[in-house]
Amino acid sequence: MTRAAWNRHLTAAIALAATLAAAPAFAQTLRFGLAEDPDVLDPTLARTFVGRIVFASLCDKLFDIDDKLNIVPQLAESWQWSADGKALTMKLRPGVTFHDGEKFDAAAVKFNIERHKTMAGSNRRGELSLVSTVDVVDPMTARLNLSQPFSPLLAQLADRAGMMVSPKAAQAAGDKFGANPVCSGPFKFVERVAQDRIVLERYPNYWNKGAIHFDRIVFLPIVDATVRLANLKSGQLDFIERVAASDAAAVSSDSRFKLSKITEIGYQGITLNVGKSDLAKTTAIGKDRRVREAFELSLDRDGIVQVVMEGQATVGNQWVAPENPFYAKNMPIPKRDVAKAKALLAAAGMPNPTVTLMTATTSDAQKIAQVVQVMAKEAGFDVKIQSTEFATSLNLADKGQFDAYILAWSGRADPDGNIYSFDACKQPLNYAGFCKPEVDQLLNESRTTADVAARRATYEKIASIVLVERPIIYIYHRHWLWAYTNKLTGLRAIPDGLVRPQGLKFN
Amino acid sequence: MATLAIDALPREASPGARALRRLSRRPSAMVGLFFVVFFVLLAILAPWVSPYDPLATSWSAIRKAPSWAHWFGTDEIGRDVLARVIWGTRASLLAGVVSVSISIALGVPIGLLAGYAGRWPDALISRVTDAMLATPFLILAIALAAFLGPSLTNAMIAIGISATPIFIRLTRAQVQTVKVEDYVEAARALGNPHPRIAVRHILPNVVPPLIVQATLAIAAAVIAEASLSFLGLGQQPPAPSWGSMLNTAKNYVEQAPWMAVWPGLSIFLLVLSFNLLGDGMRDALDPREGV
Amino acid sequence: MSTYLARRLATILPTLLFVTILIFSLQQLLPGDPAKVLAGEEQDPAVIAYLQKKMHLDQPLPVRYVYWLGGVLTGDLGESLRMQKPVTALIAEKLPVTIELALIAIVIALAIGIPAGIVSAVYKNRWPDYLANAVALWGLSTPNFWLGIMLILFFSVQLGWLPASGYVSPFEDLRANLAAMIMPAFVLGNAIAAVLMRHTRSAMLQVMSSDYVRTARAKGLNERVVVLKHALRNALTPVVTLGALELGTLLSGAVLTEQVFTIPGFGKLIVDAVFNRDYAVVQGVVLFTATAYIALNLLADLAYFLINPRLRG
Repeated sequence: MTRAAWNRHLTAAIALAATLAAAPAFAQTLRFGLAEDPDVLDPTLARTFVGRIVFASLCDKLFDIDDKLNIVPQLAESWQWSADGKALTMKLRPGVTFHDGEKFDAAAVKFNIERHKTMAGSNRRGELSLVSTVDVVDPMTARLNLSQPFSPLLAQLADRAGMMVSPKAAQAAGDKFGANPVCSGPFKFVERVAQDRIVLERYPNYWNKGAIHFDRIVFLPIVDATVRLANLKSGQLDFIERVAASDAAAVSSDSRFKLSKITEIGYQGITLNVGKSDLAKTTAIGKDRRVREAFELSLDRDGIVQVVMEGQATVGNQWVAPENPFYAKNMPIPKRDVAKAKALLAAAGMPNPTVTLMTATTSDAQKIAQVVQVMAKEAGFDVKIQSTEFATSLNLADKGQFDAYILAWSGRADPDGNIYSFDACKQPLNYAGFCKPEVDQLLNESRTTADVAARRATYEKIASIVLVERPIIYIYHRHWLWAYTNKLTGLRAIPDGLVRPQGLKFN
Repeated sequence: MATLAIDALPREASPGARALRRLSRRPSAMVGLFFVVFFVLLAILAPWVSPYDPLATSWSAIRKAPSWAHWFGTDEIGRDVLARVIWGTRASLLAGVVSVSISIALGVPIGLLAGYAGRWPDALISRVTDAMLATPFLILAIALAAFLGPSLTNAMIAIGISATPIFIRLTRAQVQTVKVEDYVEAARALGNPHPRIAVRHILPNVVPPLIVQATLAIAAAVIAEASLSFLGLGQQPPAPSWGSMLNTAKNYVEQAPWMAVWPGLSIFLLVLSFNLLGDGMRDALDPREGV
Repeated sequence: MSTYLARRLATILPTLLFVTILIFSLQQLLPGDPAKVLAGEEQDPAVIAYLQKKMHLDQPLPVRYVYWLGGVLTGDLGESLRMQKPVTALIAEKLPVTIELALIAIVIALAIGIPAGIVSAVYKNRWPDYLANAVALWGLSTPNFWLGIMLILFFSVQLGWLPASGYVSPFEDLRANLAAMIMPAFVLGNAIAAVLMRHTRSAMLQVMSSDYVRTARAKGLNERVVVLKHALRNALTPVVTLGALELGTLLSGAVLTEQVFTIPGFGKLIVDAVFNRDYAVVQGVVLFTATAYIALNLLADLAYFLINPRLRG
């Protein structure tokens, strides 16, 4: 056999094998590579970012967000705030059913909000803490009553707190609901093999079924970015999330694939311990604001983005990206200034402060740490890298046993979700131990203000305090990088990093 | 084994010297020895032979292919790969030698005790050893490394402890075979104290298989360090080790294969030379070889 | 023989007890609070408190151990909080995968290791010996995860012959199953083959210089008969033991290989559980695999008796 003939033979054999593999049905299946294995598939208990990707296909929410972060209707067709901002009335979409055939109505909304608020171990309780009661106005109208105005509420309801599950199924399953979730989204749950796959199939009675062009979605968690990409290249997957920045160029130059990118709503930053524990009183970076300023000035954000992210990130200095409507324009990104950093250190009387930089053992975090170490050294800093397992680092952070900690946040649609828990006194994510009563007051003010311009003004005031005190040095906002087969069309890039299946199809 | 034990009684040339002479006649063992010595020298002389500072970064030379300026290319933050491979020799040699030393230091005395004392100390030690052997090596090492915190030192301790049961078992088995031999019985009859019998008459018999096992274990320990590094529990940045270099390089295998080739090759060579040397030693220490 | 067996069986329980103590204390002493890991991004204190209570983390260590051991004795290995599934169900789900991978790997290892070991002992210090040694050394000195990634790059990305990862049940599609298993099994088998080869070789060398093989030779028996019948039979004893031990090790999870190829077996289950501090899973799976390992050891010992007639009497 000639080489060419052999190759033809082989190609035919492979094609045959591929046909056989797909034989059970000529149904359209989207094979989706996840970067992590999701946690429990119960919207009330769910805790991870990656789980939200699965929920986008499985569970519809009262609202959704669009690519400009505007709130758009999903299960709620329209909504109305009361004049005092303490009641939200929602007209619900008619004709929606859950995957078990049960009807979606105002009673279901009441059940779900109450489940989120009362279920043991609920992760939604905090998000809905200001919702006091739910009224069933009529079968298709629900009203949420708040104890005080809360402008981030719609954004919360556009996430897991707004996900509606079948009351009947939820009551029957109790805390085992996540093993067999029943929602009202475009796909219904089929099976899950832990750490291997989550299989969903098209829900035939979906209210927006015209937008759904796949019969099945199979989510396959593959942790290693290289292997995830290899699976895409070898045709085992149609879509992968979180392509490594270093692979972006190669993927976009390969005609078989498309690369989509959008700036995340989260951020990558360095949390500085300014008061979480007594340790902060003894460290250079904890006790002197000038040292923190010098630390920030020693960093070249553009350089970090180039080296660590191969340019696949947007530099930033705030909890929201510069293009966000709530970005505080009075506090632009500071330029690198080694001379000024040295001067500040000299003025503080600590020309060569030591900073222990705690980092997770992931490769991105370690790369940031190494680059920061080199850059800060030029200003006189002696940065010691302390690699710590993630589970351990959470404990150390919570106890305040660190100087500086490289920590990312996946982001929330409303800016409140990116700052409140980090900068308000005694909040769970306030690892910096930052606490200023005037900031707390401003943060609460921003929560009760509905008007965008007025809120932005409040955030500018917050920025002018927080970005000077520097509990967190924000560095950049990653680009969500998705790679997929060029057969796939209709992808919408939404900054929250979740893939909506509506409109997706193979050509 | 009995033959060797009798040889251990003082006569004209020490068995060690004869074994060395036999070893020197084996080309493969000599090649192994040569490379082991080469790597040891490289580790010691790293500051003088390394062309660059292994930690010096250059933002303008990120992931550059091998060139005259950088023979092995540069890595993801612009460091010289050759310099890091040379300095990384230290970590890998340490990871191999120190962890196995820990295993031997713990395992041999415990094994001697178990084998020689018998009865309940033996039963207790054997059960704990069985328990450790029944627990997967890498899981044990991962749990220990996570417990101690990620660092090269802790990885070595974790690997050393996890590999200890092999040496306990080996020593114990060897002791049990030897302790019923006539000359040990004779030594006992002559009224020699137990520790003296154990160290002077029994221990020498444990040495030959121990050396073979230790060489294999060093090789395994070097790979174990790389494995722990792969999971983020070994040598921590920015310090270089071959394992951690491979760990980073795996993200760039397509774009920058040189980042992976050289540390991989170095691990291969080091392990290979320990194995060649160990093989040679095994043959050289086996007295029947000369027959 | 039967007294020996009885003695062996009597040691199993205390060994298992030590396994539980070892893994339980190691796990529970790990720094980091599992409740915090499980509480996810928000780190809501109410959720953390709830999870701590649910995992009995508010109880002292010995109490927790007794609690857990009590469950084990009644066949309840606890529940994975992360996956909300009983550990026994997780084991039942992963066991077939792990067994299949281990068996394929051990077959590959035996097929390469034993013949290579024999050849290299027979042709000691000649080129087949060097070749077999080189192959074995290659197997021993290549880190698993590295070989795995290389194979994926070559066979999946460059050639497109095999899937890069992803397990398919053999009952669903045997071909796809084997295609997904062959690379990880080879990676595992390759390393074990090296160990088996080395041990076969040294056992063969030892046996072949023994008196009775020399006697057999002196009797003028054909060298092939001497090697295969007399020498191999005795040399195989330690090799069989070793093979069983390696199989036991494989059962407890091909940690990194499963990680690289995303094979949903025990190894991946345990490693993820260690990092997530999912105690019940680590304890349950390690206990299970340790039991399997000990059982295999026992079988290996039995085989030892059967193969080695001199020990039977």
